[in-house]
Amino acid sequence: MSPRSKPKTKTLAVVTELSFEQAFEELEQIVRRLEEGQLSLDDSLALFERGQSLAARCGVLLETAELKIKKLMPDRLGDDFEDFEEAET
Amino acid sequence: MDETWSVSELNRYVRQALEQDYRLQGVRVTGEISGFRTYPSGHWYFTLKDAGAQVNCVMWRGRAEAQRSRYLPREGEAVEAQGSVTLYEVRGQYQLDVTWLQPIGEGELYREFLRLKGKLESEGLFAPERKRPLPLQPRSIGIVTSPAGAALRDILNILRRRFPLAHVILSPTLVQGAEAPPQIVAALAALARHKPDVIILARGGGALEDLWAFNDERVARAIAAARAPVISGIGHETDFTIADFVADVRAPTPSAAAELVTAISVEDLRAEVDLLAARLAESLLEMTQYKRLTLAERQAQLKGLSPQAQLRNARQRAENLAARAATAMLHRLALERERWQGWRLALNEVSPLAVLERGYAIVNRPTGAIVRRVKDVKPGDPLRVRVSEGEFGVKVE
Repeated sequence: MSPRSKPKTKTLAVVTELSFEQAFEELEQIVRRLEEGQLSLDDSLALFERGQSLAARCGVLLETAELKIKKLMPDRLGDDFEDFEEAET
Repeated sequence: MDETWSVSELNRYVRQALEQDYRLQGVRVTGEISGFRTYPSGHWYFTLKDAGAQVNCVMWRGRAEAQRSRYLPREGEAVEAQGSVTLYEVRGQYQLDVTWLQPIGEGELYREFLRLKGKLESEGLFAPERKRPLPLQPRSIGIVTSPAGAALRDILNILRRRFPLAHVILSPTLVQGAEAPPQIVAALAALARHKPDVIILARGGGALEDLWAFNDERVARAIAAARAPVISGIGHETDFTIADFVADVRAPTPSAAAELVTAISVEDLRAEVDLLAARLAESLLEMTQYKRLTLAERQAQLKGLSPQAQLRNARQRAENLAARAATAMLHRLALERERWQGWRLALNEVSPLAVLERGYAIVNRPTGAIVRRVKDVKPGDPLRVRVSEGEFGVKVE
């Protein structure tokens, strides 16, 4: 979402709280910035470390993802859905 | 007739009664083909129906093979069938034992299907430019189908395997019968509030009339009005419903719909993450190699600032200067030599010896005094004559 031109000073989100899409998007940006090679060694190392934990986060999310299923209850107002339990066959 | 019959006796009696009624043997019936199935044994089973009733039909293998070469009946087609009425004793069901079939034009249902299709098509509901692309990585997937059907099970299995990152919102509905169309419309409306990225509208395979809810105009318009792209997976590959034409994407089956909705699987994503991780490592490697280079340059600069280097520099500078001084001195010497040579030549010019070389002589008295005038000498005086190459004595006469 956020444009790449955002100042570097923005506080970084905790990696373990990121969704797959967020982690993946940030990882892509980091790789691009590192490949441009305009950064100091310190900045590069910091970005590299962040990139590594983002890649690990993506891997964990892909590994542990479980399909979440909700079933709409058209007769209920407000809280109109519940977890869907598949009938065992 | 006060005797009691077994069920078998009853069914056999009824069957014989039916088979003995000559009007029921070789009877001709018109109706629409429905639920047409061919069995591995080669027999055909189907029902003939009209608006108000239906009858089970069977065509035994030998007749079916002969029939196939003349005319192969299809779902929904109106046919005229000739056969004999009999009873299937095991089930107590009466059926028509069909000897041959012939088409009598499009069935009523099919005509209605064509009428609606033509109408919606002329309204532009099937236009290609209306079709929206499916999202590549849907976060939430709405499913409109029966919660009890095999279609839902198939879809969920595929979503679980291919893209478990997604959230599924199931909007349950009946998928066949007169109540199905309004329920499908309501299920789509209920789903809209949860803003799914894509909607799967699905139903497993069945006879043509079982799929009829998906040929309903209300359903077609609800699909067209859906905010999210709709993918239809209705019946089998050969089944086409109005819903399929209106949907943004038509999948041949519910399973295929689930596959199409998950164009990018977690396997693909894993590969992409691996690739990014590799690029990450590579970029750092390149970076450190580059930095190492510049580091080497810096070290060279730093070395230049050390005392030894300064000493070495000073020494070098001194050596340079000395060399330059020596060169300058040599030049100077050469210059001086030339000048000195010049002086010497000039001196020679004025030297008395140089005059002697031109043939003059210097005459001295023995005392050394130079004889300049005649009266300085008298006859008989010994004199010394000096020429350029030595001297000799003479006497004055």
